[in-house]
Amino acid sequence: MTHEAAHAADHHDDHRPSLWSWKRWVYSTNHKDIGTMYLIFAIFAGLIGGALSGLIRWELAEPGVGVLTQLPWIADVDAAKHYYNSIVTYHGLIMIFFMVMPAMIGGFGNWFVPLMIGAPDMAFPRMNNISFWLLPASFTLAVISMIVPGNGAYPGFGGGWTLYAPLSTSPTHHSGSSMDLLILSLHIAGASSILGAVNFITTIFNMRAPGMTMHRMPLFAWSVLVTAWLLVLSLPVLAGALTMLLTDRNFGTQFFQAAGGGDPVMYQHLFWFFGHPEVYILILPGFGMISQIVSTFSKKPVFGYLGMAYAMVAIGVIGFLVWAHHMYTVGMGLDLEAYFIAATMVIAVPTGIKIFSWIATMWGGSITFKVPMLWAMGFIFLFTVGGVTGVVLANSGIDTALHDTYYVVAHFHYVLSLGAVFAIFAGFYYWIPKMSGYRYNGFLGGLHFWVMFIGVNIVFFPQHFLGLQGMPRRYIDYPEAFTYWNHISSIGYVITAVGVLIFLITVAEMFIARRKAGANPWGEGATTLEWTLSSPPPFHQFNELPVIKPDSHH
Amino acid sequence: MAHGEVKHDYHLVNPSPWPFTASVGALIAAIGAVVLMRGLSTNEADFFFGKGHWTLFALGMGIIILTCIGWWSDVIKESRQGDHTPVVDIGLRYGMILFIASEVMFFVAWFWAFFELAIYHGHRADWVVPTWDPETAAAWANWPPPHVETFDPFHLPLINTLILLLSGTTVTWAHHALQQGDRKGARLGLILTVLLGVIFSYVQFAVEYPEAGFAFGNQGDVTNATVYGASFFMATGFHGFHVVIGTIFLFVCLLRLMAGQFTPQKHFGLEAAAWYWHFVDVVWLFLFTFVYVMPYLTMQN
Repeated sequence: MTHEAAHAADHHDDHRPSLWSWKRWVYSTNHKDIGTMYLIFAIFAGLIGGALSGLIRWELAEPGVGVLTQLPWIADVDAAKHYYNSIVTYHGLIMIFFMVMPAMIGGFGNWFVPLMIGAPDMAFPRMNNISFWLLPASFTLAVISMIVPGNGAYPGFGGGWTLYAPLSTSPTHHSGSSMDLLILSLHIAGASSILGAVNFITTIFNMRAPGMTMHRMPLFAWSVLVTAWLLVLSLPVLAGALTMLLTDRNFGTQFFQAAGGGDPVMYQHLFWFFGHPEVYILILPGFGMISQIVSTFSKKPVFGYLGMAYAMVAIGVIGFLVWAHHMYTVGMGLDLEAYFIAATMVIAVPTGIKIFSWIATMWGGSITFKVPMLWAMGFIFLFTVGGVTGVVLANSGIDTALHDTYYVVAHFHYVLSLGAVFAIFAGFYYWIPKMSGYRYNGFLGGLHFWVMFIGVNIVFFPQHFLGLQGMPRRYIDYPEAFTYWNHISSIGYVITAVGVLIFLITVAEMFIARRKAGANPWGEGATTLEWTLSSPPPFHQFNELPVIKPDSHH
Repeated sequence: MAHGEVKHDYHLVNPSPWPFTASVGALIAAIGAVVLMRGLSTNEADFFFGKGHWTLFALGMGIIILTCIGWWSDVIKESRQGDHTPVVDIGLRYGMILFIASEVMFFVAWFWAFFELAIYHGHRADWVVPTWDPETAAAWANWPPPHVETFDPFHLPLINTLILLLSGTTVTWAHHALQQGDRKGARLGLILTVLLGVIFSYVQFAVEYPEAGFAFGNQGDVTNATVYGASFFMATGFHGFHVVIGTIFLFVCLLRLMAGQFTPQKHFGLEAAAWYWHFVDVVWLFLFTFVYVMPYLTMQN
């Protein structure tokens, strides 16, 4: 404690730099500023990814190929097919890597993990900033990849977000430089996430305030901890698989080419060894946020705190052992399928613990239906629907019929765009008064929720029917028999888009009206440390570390 | 929370340009790499975007290397002005261990490929698919595939194993000498470690690789199924690359030692380098056992 007197005075003053100083953002070593940049980046990427899904729904609103061909640069139906596949691919990649992950882990994780554990900043504040700034670099590569030649003269990669070989390796499918740019884009996004994950684990292990034991730590911090472990252990395997794609494409290796002794199915194994933990990476921070919100607005501590924390640990561990349930149709043999079915079903146990504990938290609580609580309850309902269809798909017998149909699309959109995204909005409405210092208009927030809730359900619920009827995913066209529910689904998109518009209006109105939020707008239910600070918090908080007493709520 | 004097030991790092410059470097280098491999312009003579031009890649890598020098110089400066308090020091240890954990998982991918190809080739070959062509069946029937002449593991690879194991002892010698305050011993131990690292790289890249009885890529020749070569060279090559990184890391530590920057109590840079070196060492032991010895013994049978 002697050194800081010498040089703290000139460096770490609490004076907040100007919002308009570019160095504040580009040179930042402040977890809250970096979190803000992540959130803005995620909203920006989300709007682009959402626009791409609009093109998908627009094209699928009627049978026949008629929308994409009207774009001036798409000459004929053959070109439109490739563009459609490319739109689907980039929609998925952008939403996963540039919207959900930056928002949840980079945005809310950066903002609130240090605040919740009583730390002044992240463990490696400078490395924190490279985690963010690698993302625009990665996103730029992905955008360039969309417009340079991919499949022959057609631009972009159209093989789906999973980048399966041989679509991603064979010169007859994607000979252009698009795929190479996409590989390097994901390499850089992966490096960004690994560095971020190392930072979070170190912060949580090493920088908890006095008395903040692991078992007193808020569940959001627990969720980010588990997520960070999944990132550290799964992303490098993806990096290896992507490198194999790159060498197969450019240096004559044959990892995924049967004729040379390789095996395209091996790519699927390597990919899903990353890909399955990845889907928990997308949802676990949401679990953490929902726990905080449900507790706050029920004015009760979370039911079964330790069970909730270790359920997430269990989900994380088992999440590494179930990857091949994404590939039941490759012919892996019945014994292997039986194992992956059983292991996959086991995950429903800790997930069930979470769902029922949220309900038990609300049970007998003094519930206020503020905007974040609406989103949280919407999340619990919709995530349960997606989880239940997940149990259906876990069975290889059923999955053999439903694989690559719209049933699968409906399933993962229920857990992601209705689960993860609802959690993000819940977290946003919960914490934006803390982050900005302003209160939003509750009516607009509620309207956003209801329009979006109705919209996304109209988009995705009919897709269960389409899937059960056998409509395959990733096709630009469909037989007329599928018209009705496709049309309904596209109408749902329009409603959802209105919801997104209301979101943007809500945010704009909040920053124009500037109603002061106060330190704790949510009252006695909000017990975590961030609510003890001003809104927005000081540029550097906890210059004197808080001390946590044994009876503190989680 | 009251503003005012900082009453904790954590390190609030000053604003820094390096994360941004590193990202710009990464973007340019990535675009440059694609230009090198495929080109982004139809005009092959294009200085920036024509296929095979090094311009952008070199520029990007240059920015990254300068960033590394600037960033890590700042870390050393901060360490010397006392920012690395005991609690920060523990954080650095967590960080290094987690980084190594992620590196381990990167090698898992390469071992995964190697094992899957080695163990399941017969399974695939027996799995009759109507459209199978005979070349594919032949390529899958054996491991190592036909026409592949593997290395004798008890020759150069064994020497390299001994070199690496020896370097593991010399780096421990250097570390313990430093802890005892024996700077001369520490210097000698580090010099030997760096030299052994260089010898390992020389033997692997300059002596062993050119002798290989199999190619890296198969250049379209299906009958010479070199997926063995691909998995061999990618796994051992990435390991070799990590040896080079570790050697540079240790060399920087040697320079820092000679500049008097390490004390018997505080020398985390050297410890991190030693951890990294041991990680590289252990990966090699797995490579030696499974990539060199195992196929060799199977072929003997």
